[in-house]
Amino acid sequence: MKKRTFLATAVAATMATAAFGDGHEPTKVGFIYVGPIGDGGWTYEHHQGLLAVEEAFGDKVETMYQENVPEGADAERAMTQMALQGADIIFTTSFGYMDPTINVAAKFPDVKFEHATGYKRADNVSTYSARFYEGRAVQGHIAGKMTETNKIGYIASFPIPEVIRGINSAYLHAKKANPDVEMNVIWVYTWFDPAKEADAAKALIDNGVDVVLQHTDSTAPQAAAAEAGVISFGQASDMSEFAPLPRVSSIIDDWAPYYIDRVKAVMDGTWESIDTWDGIGPGMVKIGEITDAVPADVKAEALAMKDALADGSYHAFTGPINKQDGSAWLADGEVADDGTLAGMNFYVEGITGDIPN
Amino acid sequence: MVRLEKRAAPSRVWAYLTPVVAVLLTMVAGGLMFAALGADPLVSIRTIFWDPLFGEFAFYYRGQLLVKAGPLILIAIGLALGFKAGIWNIGAEGQYIMGAIFGAAVALAFYPLAARWLIFPLMVIAGAFGGFLWAMIPGILRTRFNTNEILVSLLLVYVAEQILAWMALGPLRNPDGAGFPGSRNLRQYESSANSELIAGWGLHWGVVAALIAVIFAYVLLSKHLMGFHIRLTGESPRAARFAGVNPNRLILFCLGMSGALAGLAGLFEVAGPSGQISIDFNVGYGFTAIIVAFLGRLHPIGILLAGLLMALTYIGGEAAQASLGLPAAAIQAFQGMLLFFLLALDVLTNFRLRIGREARV
Repeated sequence: MKKRTFLATAVAATMATAAFGDGHEPTKVGFIYVGPIGDGGWTYEHHQGLLAVEEAFGDKVETMYQENVPEGADAERAMTQMALQGADIIFTTSFGYMDPTINVAAKFPDVKFEHATGYKRADNVSTYSARFYEGRAVQGHIAGKMTETNKIGYIASFPIPEVIRGINSAYLHAKKANPDVEMNVIWVYTWFDPAKEADAAKALIDNGVDVVLQHTDSTAPQAAAAEAGVISFGQASDMSEFAPLPRVSSIIDDWAPYYIDRVKAVMDGTWESIDTWDGIGPGMVKIGEITDAVPADVKAEALAMKDALADGSYHAFTGPINKQDGSAWLADGEVADDGTLAGMNFYVEGITGDIPN
Repeated sequence: MVRLEKRAAPSRVWAYLTPVVAVLLTMVAGGLMFAALGADPLVSIRTIFWDPLFGEFAFYYRGQLLVKAGPLILIAIGLALGFKAGIWNIGAEGQYIMGAIFGAAVALAFYPLAARWLIFPLMVIAGAFGGFLWAMIPGILRTRFNTNEILVSLLLVYVAEQILAWMALGPLRNPDGAGFPGSRNLRQYESSANSELIAGWGLHWGVVAALIAVIFAYVLLSKHLMGFHIRLTGESPRAARFAGVNPNRLILFCLGMSGALAGLAGLFEVAGPSGQISIDFNVGYGFTAIIVAFLGRLHPIGILLAGLLMALTYIGGEAAQASLGLPAAAIQAFQGMLLFFLLALDVLTNFRLRIGREARV
């Protein structure tokens, strides 16, 4: 048991240094990434957030990051490592880091943790996410208008609520724009695997799909779409190197303002555990430039929808909407509540296929 | 002119020396690479090899070293038995997954019953059995139909990964998990938790099992007839047949043993450090263990040391990423160098370096 006290003392000592550092030393900010910073998508945008924090605070902050961290035991070690090295706030940027974040946070009560896209909080753990489904609505509209084969493909990562929400939102708005539209979903069970993502894109295209949406982080589906001459949308990052075709628009996650805000709160000593879920309005979700490959009237409609989503006059899930099995979900004019959206585990009516389980 | 000359017998000195020289060469070449990336090479090497053992936070890292090395050693020991006999189980990753699924399924079937004395041992048996079963597929296909066990065992990894995803999303999913994939956390369930035996040491049952496996393999290979058969088959299959070795029995023994050990590693991982069956539960221990087995010269003690060294490069590598800003790819390249130098230097075990003209006979 001697070892235990040793550990406790050492941790306490580290904590003391960290606390002492406030105001005198730079605030240490850590980031745990699920992919490589060069993925051109999800992790890339989080890393842009890190760079923005450095830009905003100069030598008042010190940043560190670790990329390609597997979701599990290794994540716990990576976080502990950063906490031991004196991090004041650690952003853990993938859903699978949820339990590790909670575990490590319990051991380091004075270090602040911010977990992206999860739902477990603690006194020193906040959660944050973006309403990507708002961007999906805009994409769905463009996709529905532009498909000629009436088949839209969707490369999905893991069957978690965030992804299912995106599929539903894209489908609902594609269907509204084009009642004949069909959606093909392929589950690849990875956030980042260029080879698998490219295979999925090709399989969809071979199946007659002429619009490809992706909820994975690499640009491989873009390249596959370019080769086949079909349309695609940038995901998480602008992916503008594939504009004007195949990429006709994109969803951009802009984490920078949030990260700057939260680091500032740590510096000021005003940090509190909160749950943030922001969309197009506050600027956490951005719609990348809609290229000229999109007809002017479709572009105008898409931008109008974006504005309506931003000012709150339109909600992406507005009834009447039925669930896949035909049972009623939202009555006419009713909008979905955040609780249902956060745990969404069903398809809306019209989508064929099952959510894997 | 530099020439290679075949040695009459493999050099014993070089067999022991190559891993050491390979590590040193990796440090030099890796240091150059880190320097090219703008990091101080000496600080980088110190961060990777020294700090986790003796640095400021060594009290934490030493335990983590065992956590990381445990499954590597456990799997590599099993693989080495087969490799020695020329039986190539490349699919330990799949057996590791199946062990975890079987073990976790037992625990979840009993949840929330409080009977650790019954449940934990049952999990251990189920874990070993899961891995054994998965390894028997290539084993039986090989002995009955003479299929290539390398191919079959490797391809079964991908099948196991699909089963894992299905389990995490379906039968084993946490009913209280709000629809999210992944099982209940086995570490938070008293009867199934494979927690540290001494807090802060990283020493869990999987590490204990790894140490037992090392001793067991050592005795098996040096004292037992089966060990003799394994070595003999590897060195001369023809002689082995004359000595009365039944090749089919040996194949099933080696594959079954390596499968069971990989399954155990998976069980201890899912009940301990990882805690739950999730879609991406496996992180490549089964493949890395192949490197560990060869780095350790297929010798139990060598594997013990190689497993610890490999764990050190992982943990030190992660520290270097966070504190020095080295990219993850550079750390992987660094680990790759280690294997590359080892294999390159292996030439020296079997060949002599001659400088100058053709030697006189």
